[in-house]
Amino acid sequence: MLNGTTAEIKPREALRINPAKTCQPIGAMYAALGIHGCMPHSHGSQGCCAYHRSHLTRHFKEPVIATTSSFTEGASVFGGLANLNQALSNIFTIYNPEIVAVHTTCLSEVIGDDIPMMIKKSIEDGTIPKGKVVIHANTPSFVGSHVTGFANMTTAMVRYLAEKNGHRLFQLNLIPGFVDPADIRELKRIVAEMGVKAVVFPDTSGVLDLPQDGRYRMFPHGGTTIEELKSTGDSSCTIALGHFTSHPAATELDEKCGVGCAFLELPIGLTETDRFIHALRNYGGVDVPATIGDERGRLLDAMSDMHQYFHKKRVAIAGDPDHVIALTQFLSDLDMKPAYVITGSPGKHFEQRVTEILKDQVPDAVVKQNSDLFALHQWIKNAPVDLIIGNTYCKYIAREEKIPFVRFGFPVLDRMGHRYFPCVGYMGALRLMEKMNDALLDHKDRECADEYFELIQ
Amino acid sequence: MIELLPERQPQVVRKADGAPAADMACGKASTAGSVSQRACVFCGSRVVLYPIADALHIVHGPIGCAAYTWDIRGALSSGSQLHRNSFSTDLQEMDVIFGGEKKLEATLLELIAHHQPKAAFIYSTCIVGLIGDDVSAVCKRVSAKTGIPVLGVHSEGFKGTKKDGYRAACEAVYTLVGTGDTAGIAPHSINILGEFNLAGETWILRDYYKRLGIEVVACITGDSRIDDIRRAHGAKLNLVQCSGSMTSLAKMMERDYGIPFKRVSYFGIEDMSAALYEAAKYFSDDPTIMHRAQQLVREEVAAIYPELQRYKQKLVGKKAAIYVGGAFKAFSLMRALRLIGMETAIVGSQTGDKEDYKQLQEMADPGTIIVDDSNPLELAKFCLEKDVDLFIGGVKERPIAHKLGIGFCDHNHERKEPLAGYIGMLNFAKEVYASVASPVWQFAPRRARSK
Ligand code: SF4
Ligand code: SF4
Repeated sequence: MLNGTTAEIKPREALRINPAKTCQPIGAMYAALGIHGCMPHSHGSQGCCAYHRSHLTRHFKEPVIATTSSFTEGASVFGGLANLNQALSNIFTIYNPEIVAVHTTCLSEVIGDDIPMMIKKSIEDGTIPKGKVVIHANTPSFVGSHVTGFANMTTAMVRYLAEKNGHRLFQLNLIPGFVDPADIRELKRIVAEMGVKAVVFPDTSGVLDLPQDGRYRMFPHGGTTIEELKSTGDSSCTIALGHFTSHPAATELDEKCGVGCAFLELPIGLTETDRFIHALRNYGGVDVPATIGDERGRLLDAMSDMHQYFHKKRVAIAGDPDHVIALTQFLSDLDMKPAYVITGSPGKHFEQRVTEILKDQVPDAVVKQNSDLFALHQWIKNAPVDLIIGNTYCKYIAREEKIPFVRFGFPVLDRMGHRYFPCVGYMGALRLMEKMNDALLDHKDRECADEYFELIQ
Repeated sequence: MIELLPERQPQVVRKADGAPAADMACGKASTAGSVSQRACVFCGSRVVLYPIADALHIVHGPIGCAAYTWDIRGALSSGSQLHRNSFSTDLQEMDVIFGGEKKLEATLLELIAHHQPKAAFIYSTCIVGLIGDDVSAVCKRVSAKTGIPVLGVHSEGFKGTKKDGYRAACEAVYTLVGTGDTAGIAPHSINILGEFNLAGETWILRDYYKRLGIEVVACITGDSRIDDIRRAHGAKLNLVQCSGSMTSLAKMMERDYGIPFKRVSYFGIEDMSAALYEAAKYFSDDPTIMHRAQQLVREEVAAIYPELQRYKQKLVGKKAAIYVGGAFKAFSLMRALRLIGMETAIVGSQTGDKEDYKQLQEMADPGTIIVDDSNPLELAKFCLEKDVDLFIGGVKERPIAHKLGIGFCDHNHERKEPLAGYIGMLNFAKEVYASVASPVWQFAPRRARSK
């Protein structure tokens, strides 16, 4: 950077340059914040916890709480039992959460701390007060990515809390995946509009998108309650959005409580939102109301009005696998050409799905899991694109190569829209279209020769 | 209302009228289970060394530690931007089992061949300390192969606090000092230590010292280059800014090269002027330096004074809360706030020591709350109790202040305007004013309620 990237591509084995992922615990921390009254707890040394909180705060511009076991040298030799026990004792006496969600860090993983055993001890010795809950997920960062951590913590909610009482409830489970609070808010709106009752988990709306009311609350009103989480075992079915972030929890729920599941992608763009609405209709046993039909109609109309501006535009997409898979589908609906499609997270499914989506329209697309932004930049240098879509870190490439850029995914550290406006559902698709169209046309208006400068577009 | 953790009581003091300064507990690792705002050893090393722009910075560990520190510090470089990339060994499960040395060595060789840096820093993160990689051996081998200094930074997160990270960074830097040629360094020469060129602050300071006729050999580490650091031992005086970060480097240079050091701050009119006079006094063999210093101070103060007064009129009587990393910063901030008519109602730091807190208590007005290693609930509680108009802190405190409807000023990595020097004082006043006087707070519930 900014000019350090060369077009010449050398094989690279050992090295990560400009990552398109981060570590598991931050995903676990974010998921845990989607439980009402939950204190995420980082079992490791205090640095990781501080970094995860700062990073989330930069993306959400919200206070992010979490506690840490504050490992020191002693703990690294003798294990973290005493630290966790003391931490739990302090957390419940002072902050008094309903639930503590423990995740590990690299350090406690390598030491080999047995968290379930430690939790058991803390229950036995009365450190965890009656009626309070402690759950945990293992989140070693040398495996997977922040996406894996999110999935692991979401699965832990099921493993620890879902109960089967035998009488089916007239409700669905909806697992929205690693999306922003604004997205969850929109999904909940759609579900309500459809007349379906659903338990949404984890749910960070009302936790990380709070209005200013002059108070600071450690535990805001939002989040899925423990009761709701328990009831998921009796729901009629689960709709899980995203192979990487949500499907593991849905599978667990099926295995544990026999709740059947619809495995969908994130409802980003027309096709995937159609599938989502279809699933809600089928499993919720409802009709699609006219209001939702109109939203779809408006999206379709916009896609028709603007189709020539998107036609055959070459795009580079980088981001988390579930987001990128769904977006690739949308771009192909728009007749765009995703030329490079990467994720920093490991996972073969990503390459299979994206290649399948693109097999007719862009058979020569470069699709890579476990990649990084340095590699993406090199490909772009060799054969440029018209548009880059990805998180804030892509701005280095966009600036260097003077390519229009749309921010999308996690993290967005330098713009505000993602905190308030969704990218899911038909309305979210419209927003994405608007952003892409603006980026492309602003660029053209700025760069094109006078004779091609148009008033009406 | 929340109570303080019993263990936290000794880390909070309310200044009583006329009472002698109380001893405060500090320098401890955070209590397990508290929502601490503190960071780790690695964080300390990384922020201090990061601005060295022509060196390679490689984070040896799993991806997270590297990802979170990728270009988060606005330490500007006038040339190479190499330091703004994120390089990591991204350790995987197999590496954890079999060790990461091979991977590290391969990474280093690849990157050095590609970027031709002047030196490389290898940051060890927590698990490197556990899996037992012999980083020093790798450094030696790679250094022998490539001919550049390859320096291990012992920054395993759990082995202490951010302060220990500063020390580890100083030790790494110190291996470079004394390896360059000092020929041609002027008799009146200094190093600036602990200044990081956030928003271009080093450039302002360099200009001041140049106008005094003093050569700045190296600024460590703001906009610094490896070759400057190598010859830093040729300077006659070290000026050390910021309480924790570079004092140990200054001490080593004093011990081995007989270079004395002075603690200074470049923030606020008084402190900035004192920093210039300090150097001028030291070089009293040339009285013209003091002359020029006085003249510079006169000119610069005159240039900003009228505007500063205008801000003061508008800010007088407003109250501020300060929560920053190092306590030394807090001293400067309190003085600067006084200069624009504001009171400090709450002051705290992440890493202050006993002496720092004594001094804070002496400086503070009666009733001021002084805290070590605080957490958001405590901070929010104190802010509401004291009804402050401004919070000065870092990234994690901003949204808390805003939820309470309180103005905010970033005095950390994410500052956008230079705050050092005279122009910096004016920028600070502007920034404080822009936030405190923003019309948005009239809509804030706590103001609306009291209307
Ligand atoms: S505590 Fe250790 S693992 Fe965590 S950020 Fe610091 S160095 Fe990295
Ligand atoms: S990669 Fe591991 S050590 Fe580093 S911040 Fe993440 S959990 Fe902590």
